[in-house]
Amino acid sequence: MAEPMSQVVASMPRGRFLALMALFLGPSVAVYTLFSIYPLIATMALATYTTDSAGAYAFVGLANFVTLLADSVWSKPFWNAAWNNLIFFAVHMAVQNPIGIALAGLLSLPGIRFKSLYRTAIFLPTMLSVVIVGFSWNLILSPLWGVAEGALKSVGLGGWFAPWLGLPSTALATLALISVWQFVGIPMMLIYAALLNIPDELVDAARVDGLGNFRIFWHIKLPLVLPTIGLVSVLTFVGNFNAFDLIYSVKGALAGPNFASDILGTFFYRTFFGYQLQLGNPTMGAAVATVMFFIILVGVCFYLFVIQRRMRRYAF
Amino acid sequence: MKIGLAWMRCGAAVVALAAGLAAAHAGSLKIESWRNDDADIWNNTIIPTFNKHYPDIKVEFSATQPAEYNAALNAKLDGGTAGDLITCRPFDASLQLYQKHQLDGLDDLAGLANFPDVAKAAWSTDDGKVTFCMPMASVIHGFMYNEDAFKKIGAKPPKTMAEFHDILDKLKKDGTYTPIDMGTADQWEAATMGFQNIGPNYWKGETGREALISGKEKYTDPDYIAVWKELATWAPYMGNGFQAQKSADSQNLFSLGKAAIYPAGSWDISTFRKDAQFPIGAFPPPLPAGDTECYISDHTDIGMGLNAASKNKEDAKKFLEWLSTPEFADLYANALPGFFPLSKAKVTIKDPLAADMLGWRATCKSTIRNSYQILNRGTPNLENELWNVSAQVINGAMTPEAAGQQVQTDLDKWYKPAK
Repeated sequence: MAEPMSQVVASMPRGRFLALMALFLGPSVAVYTLFSIYPLIATMALATYTTDSAGAYAFVGLANFVTLLADSVWSKPFWNAAWNNLIFFAVHMAVQNPIGIALAGLLSLPGIRFKSLYRTAIFLPTMLSVVIVGFSWNLILSPLWGVAEGALKSVGLGGWFAPWLGLPSTALATLALISVWQFVGIPMMLIYAALLNIPDELVDAARVDGLGNFRIFWHIKLPLVLPTIGLVSVLTFVGNFNAFDLIYSVKGALAGPNFASDILGTFFYRTFFGYQLQLGNPTMGAAVATVMFFIILVGVCFYLFVIQRRMRRYAF
Repeated sequence: MKIGLAWMRCGAAVVALAAGLAAAHAGSLKIESWRNDDADIWNNTIIPTFNKHYPDIKVEFSATQPAEYNAALNAKLDGGTAGDLITCRPFDASLQLYQKHQLDGLDDLAGLANFPDVAKAAWSTDDGKVTFCMPMASVIHGFMYNEDAFKKIGAKPPKTMAEFHDILDKLKKDGTYTPIDMGTADQWEAATMGFQNIGPNYWKGETGREALISGKEKYTDPDYIAVWKELATWAPYMGNGFQAQKSADSQNLFSLGKAAIYPAGSWDISTFRKDAQFPIGAFPPPLPAGDTECYISDHTDIGMGLNAASKNKEDAKKFLEWLSTPEFADLYANALPGFFPLSKAKVTIKDPLAADMLGWRATCKSTIRNSYQILNRGTPNLENELWNVSAQVINGAMTPEAAGQQVQTDLDKWYKPAK
């Protein structure tokens, strides 16, 4: 079936039609090219160079990528960061999104009081600066002045307390949970909005058929918001593989202990900008950034071509 | 006529404005620094004193977080937005800036003659021909202690490691104070206040440092392993949850009078002077069993260089020359006790704690941190590596032998000592 086309456009002279296209598309294409496409290509180009001690650039082709993936000095921290990033993402998928869905489901129940108060309170941390979030949680969990230990003691679980942010086994998971706490409002809001879009007739029909709230949610509402959940997942994926700020503000760019909380963002930062006495290496950093871009690209393509195509859209 | 007058007024205003801008440009300097802790002292003491001599030069002190400094500075230098005067880290970090022609050589400044060669070495090319930063200060490592805590358990500052551990045991038994106030969350304290603090006594200061550079000694040698073995014994005396204790936490814990011994850098003096309400003493790193000669880390830490892209080199040079005067040495040493002048001029330090630490120079031999000169040029970075393994050794996540092995293996990957 041909695309519907308005009579005005169809009867327009070709030159005028193109001019109109340029007028409407031009600004966004220009802005997008200048601020997104050009930096991306420039970064990829930079990744094929190397610098000497005097700062002169020399073309080396793909040598930086070979070094990054094959030389253990680079590949070990790179794969460590990539693996940690995957765990970071897994925690978000396993904790943040289910909680977000559950909260949205509860908020969309009929007859809940103080709905907007809950919504605001849950969304509030998302609007806080990461530096504030990092600083607050550092204080809360601090073994010296934190309230966490006292709070656990007061319910008889004092023995459970550990300096979670400082232990190699728990640092990454703790940071991921802090990030979940901060961003759980986003899946909640998106899914809540999708739930509101579901026509009341469907829910009413189900109720007439004798379904309770939980089964309505499980069998009617959830399938209808699956496309939104897919979108939330892909946003989480992109956000997590670009994450940097929380880890940096809590653990610094060395992402200790022993790089247990190092993710691709902090690894990139150390490589590109350097840290303390480690000098920055812009060309190698560009190579890391390029690899990060492709990791995200592969993930997003997987979503677009494998998941989204199978999703059925319901027309209400 | 009236219109003409208005135009003339307008023109005059434009000229005046332009002149004002030009004046602001000609006589202003911006200093890049990592000493954000000292911003008040620079703005209220040091710069006003400079302005007594050069009232027309407006100086702005612009500081960043210490650990971010080099990254931020390099980005600013590459982008052409860095200030006129660049505070210099010692050795390779600044040498690289000189090699990239981002710092000017300073050999035409007469003031350099006021410094001994050892001070200039931190900011000179390997062949010693060009010096590119004016030396400002060194920092000394050691231990500070809460005198009240020592009085309570009847202890005197320890001379040997055995005495040191004896005091730690007594403090732990007493239980009032955290015996060793250090955390491993920020990692650098483990290396800088731990490894490089007590280490010089084990590897004999400069002798060991030079032997590492020439390849005669390795981090796997017993002297170095012994340092990590000593560090590994500290954990039981450190605070509860020290793995998540940051350096600011340690400073607070000590200022609040809750900790007994603080592995210190002399730069902490000004922090504690501001906050602590009890008498503070200091002792140099205790000697390992059987040793008689003591060594201290007296690290050339801070200098200042001239941005090669500065538009105001005339005034910047005036400022650098002023840094070499006895007046500045005296001012800096007393305004920021714990930063010790490197100049040949005789300086009297009024702060008793700082004077005490400086006095160690007379009885012990000075050395610098062994990861700073030459050994810091490759990937993986030796200094960051030392942070990581030293913190892990204290955390009990790595044996001293494994620490030495990892550091040496990574160093061998790129460093080939000159034969």
